[in-house]
Amino acid sequence: MNELDQLYQQVILDHSKQRIGSPLVESAAGHQHGETHQHNPICGDQIRVRVELDGDKFVGMSWEGDGCSISMASASVLSEMIPELTKEEFEAKKDAFKEMMRSKGAVAPDEDVLEDAVAFVGVSKFPARVKCAMLAWVAAEVAMLEAV
Amino acid sequence: MHTMAGQTETAQALTPSEVARIKADFEILEHQVNGIDVVYLDSGATSQKPRCVYEAEQHYYENANAAVHRGAHTLAVEATEIYEQARETVAKFIGAKTNEVVWTSNATEALNLIAYSMSNASLGRGGEEAARFRLGPGDEILTTELEHHANLIPWQELAFRTGATLRYVPIAEDGSLRYDLIDSLVNENTKLVAFTHVSNVLGTITDTQRFVDAARKVGALTVLDGCQSVPHLPIDVKALDVDFMAFSGHKMLGPTGIGALYGREELLNAMPPFLTGGSMITVVDMEHAEFLPAPQRFEAGTQRIAQVHGLATAASYLSEIGMEHIAAWEEHLGAMLFEGLSQLEGVRVFGPSDAPRIGTVPFEVIGVHPHDVGQYLDSRGIAVRVGHHCAQPLHRALGVSATTRASTYLYNTEEDITALIKAVASVREYFGV
Repeated sequence: MNELDQLYQQVILDHSKQRIGSPLVESAAGHQHGETHQHNPICGDQIRVRVELDGDKFVGMSWEGDGCSISMASASVLSEMIPELTKEEFEAKKDAFKEMMRSKGAVAPDEDVLEDAVAFVGVSKFPARVKCAMLAWVAAEVAMLEAV
Repeated sequence: MHTMAGQTETAQALTPSEVARIKADFEILEHQVNGIDVVYLDSGATSQKPRCVYEAEQHYYENANAAVHRGAHTLAVEATEIYEQARETVAKFIGAKTNEVVWTSNATEALNLIAYSMSNASLGRGGEEAARFRLGPGDEILTTELEHHANLIPWQELAFRTGATLRYVPIAEDGSLRYDLIDSLVNENTKLVAFTHVSNVLGTITDTQRFVDAARKVGALTVLDGCQSVPHLPIDVKALDVDFMAFSGHKMLGPTGIGALYGREELLNAMPPFLTGGSMITVVDMEHAEFLPAPQRFEAGTQRIAQVHGLATAASYLSEIGMEHIAAWEEHLGAMLFEGLSQLEGVRVFGPSDAPRIGTVPFEVIGVHPHDVGQYLDSRGIAVRVGHHCAQPLHRALGVSATTRASTYLYNTEEDITALIKAVASVREYFGV
């Protein structure tokens, strides 16, 4: 597989079209709710992310965005992964994802931790695209921290 | 009506064999990207440099490096000669008088220089001589919706600082300027009209006369953004009849870190300085200073001598080939790009089809984000720019957040254009759209 095909794995292309978690949905009454709008000024990608929590646990994440296939697919994959995660588990996965992004392809990612998000391993060889893949994760964390 | 395009129509375009010889002067174009010969179609962002430009810089450092306009030693004299000779060369390149060219770090700084000098005039600096640069509540600045942020934000900020109002000439749906609205937007309150010569996104050439005529009628100053025209078209500032023009060196084969401001002599000499300090004064005491005439009054501090020399070398290189031949070649490449991309299924090309243009064409592959298009093209060795190209209002008016832009220069071949069109044709299939 050449580097371009590693970047645009089928999982990514599929998620960029069949977007899980989009559009935004209302949170259930009694749950905590956090929302943020994040923007990458370099390329203009933007995303609005809403997270719903029941105490320490994610109920789900919904989002709306405009951006490249990497940023949109990353939001979709995260939306699929996030239900039932505790805040701590989310942080651990986010750290693992970030580490994979910084690896420049040198480290084999842990599929048990990152699940479908391992498909983004090819992004790490394209430093200009790392921010695209990180956008939804950063937004979800901000929304989580602001959830009330 | 379109003077510049009219000139290029009659001029002989470069021939493919001339282009091949020119291309050989650019070491970087012999490089490979992903194992493929690089196809560089991002000259609108920055041009590549011929060997003579960086060799000139090296020659300067090896033979003449010294501070200019000070010191009595031989090297200082030689450095000063190189520095001032470069000014003469670049001034001639744009049809200006030598003392009408002010060195700046780039076009952005040149535009800010005008804005801040006008701010200073508005605070009373420069006295009665500088009265025509003063702005206040009720005064108006006119720009256009086409502008690069560098020819928009300095005027927004100037308006905030002075209380003046910023207005703009909108674009039509196809991206053409609404020339028909200029007369209703220019009035006796208009003090400054700032507009681009060539759109950095659409590549279209502005009918500058329409702006100049309207501004002259009410005595407003005119500022031309020449970033995308000076590198690609024969320029004569006196024929254009604008008061100021900003341009950058790195887009016209020159080094980064050097740009210039053209200003009419009498205006530059009446305008209060922006940056102040060493090298721009006559007499200084502890309370105040007297300033040198232009251009020195705008060149405070130690200047970019090697870069200035590199830029002049670039201008000489372009002159030797002939700007009219370059413009005609790029008009041909631009038409090839526009027509070739327009014919592809699922590709939308932006900009009016009937306007004179340089070799710059923005487009959209329906269903594929520009960032992904750019990545795909890069894997084929093709360098293009993606994003909003520092023109967010223009993109908003076109109804998109980003575009992919191909932009040519004198070293691009017909094969480069064919390679791009062929690669763009396969983008949708790759992304499964």
